[in-house]
Amino acid sequence: MTEIIVVTSGKGGVGKTTTSASVACGLARRGKRVAVIDFDIGLRNLDLIMGCERRVVYDFVNVIQGDCTLKQALIRDKRLETLHVLAASQTRDKDALTAEGVRRVLDELIADGFDYIVCDSPAGIEKGAHLAMYYADRAVVVVNPEVSSVRDSDRILGLLASKTQRAEQGNGGVKEHLLLTRYNPRRVASGEMMSVDDVKEILGLDVIGVVPESPDVLAASNSGVPVILNDESDASLAYDDAVARLLGENLPLRFLEEPKRGFFARMFGG
Amino acid sequence: MGLLALFRRTPSSASVAKERLRIIVAQERSARGSPDYLPLLRRELLQVIHKYVNVDPDAVQINLGQEEGHEVLELSVALPEKTRA
Repeated sequence: MTEIIVVTSGKGGVGKTTTSASVACGLARRGKRVAVIDFDIGLRNLDLIMGCERRVVYDFVNVIQGDCTLKQALIRDKRLETLHVLAASQTRDKDALTAEGVRRVLDELIADGFDYIVCDSPAGIEKGAHLAMYYADRAVVVVNPEVSSVRDSDRILGLLASKTQRAEQGNGGVKEHLLLTRYNPRRVASGEMMSVDDVKEILGLDVIGVVPESPDVLAASNSGVPVILNDESDASLAYDDAVARLLGENLPLRFLEEPKRGFFARMFGG
Repeated sequence: MGLLALFRRTPSSASVAKERLRIIVAQERSARGSPDYLPLLRRELLQVIHKYVNVDPDAVQINLGQEEGHEVLELSVALPEKTRA
């Protein structure tokens, strides 16, 4: 059984691609066969975050238009052998992506026996975002604890509940999860930032992960190594927990509170 | 923020954000299910009413609600107060 997961948010810059890359790596690290697809036609970026930008020969649109086979376009990850990346096209023609074409590519991946297909949605609610979510079984809605991100997420939840194949066919709809990123426990404690519970209450959704704000995320994208692979980072552990929860494990949320600093650390800074 | 802020008890900005979001999200969710023709219906009804009574455009409210499994179209028109000579 292949499961199709869309990583979406509405608002841009909240961490969809970072999340797609880390979730895909996390699943692959657990032995699953994973394909991660960049749906952001015209603004390819997943390849950079995955660190395979120089190995892109063919892209998603090439496959849809029959310029190459799917096998030729899939880039095998150098670190995890069960992980494959399908890059977005750099074409400016947004109509290059068609529902029928996307369906064909997904069907071929399913026939090939992939366990998970992770669809990295573009920001917004246009065609690319629509097609990224259309065939999904599950959705990871990435949200920052900030007003515009939360509002846009709610808009996306509305679309997931109406403009997806599962919603149209009425077979249970898409299973939705919240993933909070850029969470700053210190600012939550001082009342400057909404808490996990606040966001959960407003959107009425279960939380699959809370990723603390961390300099490691930028360092990871700088180097093209998804942050989940940096075992020393809290962000990595938080993503790994989220992947475990996606696979059905029941883990408590971590990193919701500021780490306690010892007396000396506070006195001398550390 | 100084010492005075401790006594003034202004709500934290996070709770202001939460309150604002709660209201706007509820409002947008209630509008989500409604059919696209509602604004047009509202405008045309207003034109008809206008032939007989001079009402304020904001005085016509249209709501689509659910009641015991039925969809109910609720129309309320606030008539202007009669000014008698």
